[in-house]
Amino acid sequence: MASPPLASSPRREELTPPEPGASDPGASASLPRRRSVLPLVLALAVLTLGSVVCGVAFGAVQVPFSDVLRLLRAAFTGGFIEPADLPRYQIVWQIRLPRVLLAVVVGAGLSAVGVASQALVRNALADPFVLGVSSGAAVGATAVITMGVFASFGIHAVSVAAFLGALLATAVVYLAARSPRGLTPLRLVLTGTAMAYGFTAISTVLVFFAAHGEAARSAMFWSFGSLGGATWESLPVAAAVVALGVGYLLASARRLNALAMGDETAATLGVDATRMRRELFVVSAAVTGVLVAVSGAVGFVGLMMPHLTRMLVGADHRRVLAVAPLLGGCLLIWVDLVARTLVPPEELPLGVLTAAFGVPLFLVLMRRRGYVFGGR
Amino acid sequence: MDVELTDVTVTAAGRRLISDLRLRVPSGAVVGLVGPNGSGKSTTLRCVYRALRPSAGRVLLGGDDVFALSLRDSARRLAALTQDSHVEFDFTVAEVVTMGRSPHKGLVGPDTDQDREICAEALRRVGAAHLAARSFLTLSGGERQRVLIARALAQRPAVLVLDEPTNHLDIRHQLEVLALVRQAGLTVLAALHDLNLAAAACDRLYVLAEGRVVASGTPEEVLTPEVVAEVFGVRAHVVAHPTSGAPQLIFDAPLPR
Repeated sequence: MASPPLASSPRREELTPPEPGASDPGASASLPRRRSVLPLVLALAVLTLGSVVCGVAFGAVQVPFSDVLRLLRAAFTGGFIEPADLPRYQIVWQIRLPRVLLAVVVGAGLSAVGVASQALVRNALADPFVLGVSSGAAVGATAVITMGVFASFGIHAVSVAAFLGALLATAVVYLAARSPRGLTPLRLVLTGTAMAYGFTAISTVLVFFAAHGEAARSAMFWSFGSLGGATWESLPVAAAVVALGVGYLLASARRLNALAMGDETAATLGVDATRMRRELFVVSAAVTGVLVAVSGAVGFVGLMMPHLTRMLVGADHRRVLAVAPLLGGCLLIWVDLVARTLVPPEELPLGVLTAAFGVPLFLVLMRRRGYVFGGR
Repeated sequence: MDVELTDVTVTAAGRRLISDLRLRVPSGAVVGLVGPNGSGKSTTLRCVYRALRPSAGRVLLGGDDVFALSLRDSARRLAALTQDSHVEFDFTVAEVVTMGRSPHKGLVGPDTDQDREICAEALRRVGAAHLAARSFLTLSGGERQRVLIARALAQRPAVLVLDEPTNHLDIRHQLEVLALVRQAGLTVLAALHDLNLAAAACDRLYVLAEGRVVASGTPEEVLTPEVVAEVFGVRAHVVAHPTSGAPQLIFDAPLPR
């Protein structure tokens, strides 16, 4: 099967492509370089540190900044503290610092997993809870609160049950969404959503038949999220899982870009979409499961931060994943600060405030910039 | 680098989509696949760019079985414009073209000046350098297709696979896209709907019907009234293009079924 000599083919010259240069006044020697996100990342890191100090200083009892810094320095370097300082030291070190740091961890984790989830199901409306993780966790937590299962885990029973519930929900969604063609985005979204309704129904039944009204209140609090349970014991696990998750996602940023172009295109760019999706699924489920176990289902952060970040730095996942976690961590410090100071001594659910903060900010930015939510 | 399909069969849900398909794209040639809807054009291409694994037979890329290569390796040899180029996020043109470099990059590591130079050159070649900072989603159909070709060129492949690259484009853009593809100097395998465009742009054509090759050869050899009547069910006259001499079809009414 020899082909005819190409050079002699008269058809070669027949079609004239657009003249490069002539029709291309904007032609330049190299691709325009986007402004680096490094300054923004550094600024956000500084802002986060400042926010941590503010988060520790403000609250039902105000602690002056100088005292905060002095007490933190003493705590980290093992310095000496006056007996009179002890109550404030306990507020700063035992109560507020773990809580503020957990805010950073949860905000960062949810933002990163939000980015991952949107890439995973190729849908701009996805958030970390799209795979049914939060409703599964809520079933676990409500079961502990209402029926006292897992009592042997003591004070950690609720977290352990929530984590197990999250994992169970994820496994169910994964198995139900599996098909011979791999994990297709639409099947994942639909299965996740359908299962979420099922799990929510179970939680509702548990609350409905609970012996005491406190159960309903805790269950509600759980499904809106709170950082009130922050302790030094739970922080390192959550921080490590989030750090690993963010690290994995940053290392996968190029592959995430390819995945966003469609499964088949991803394959032609050297990315196995099915394997990538499976990895993303596991990472998202693990991070979200741990976060839900320590803080409940803090809504809106994981949906909004990815979009907010894209409005600032564009859609390239390498840039988005560098900025979104810091932005999310910073935001959650302030949201939590308001949650615990707005109507003392009551504490507002975080989900209420993330919405109150986020929705207006989001609308303003969306209207100011010609931001496109996905290709439709 | 040549492409060869030897006795490729794809069975899905108990149905044979393509059967014992043999096809060869010589190095540097532009080969077109034509055939009615559902004749197996896309299925054939999907086997070549690895979206689909054949149930039997082999797809050879420069003599190597593509499915024995890692996805990264095959992505360095072969780029494709698929039908599923729906983009969900608001990437800029420059970012889309830069994705063409990903098979050449490690896990981390930024784009080098060389990467940027390759991408800029790819955009210049398709006459889209002025679009670099634009959002991909705001482009017209013709601009998008040119940008996607630039992404494929930025991949620096030896082989280019195109699934209906002229779909939804007006005639000027159709001609431009095919001219660009010819100019790239790569081994090209393209599925094309328009027989006259295929005749003008391709060195060789394969005519598919119901998953089998029913005719192959130069456009003159393949696009005869008999083949068109048998495969497409349309009566046609063949005339030579006044300037290029390529066979062009003028259609009569569809033949009774």
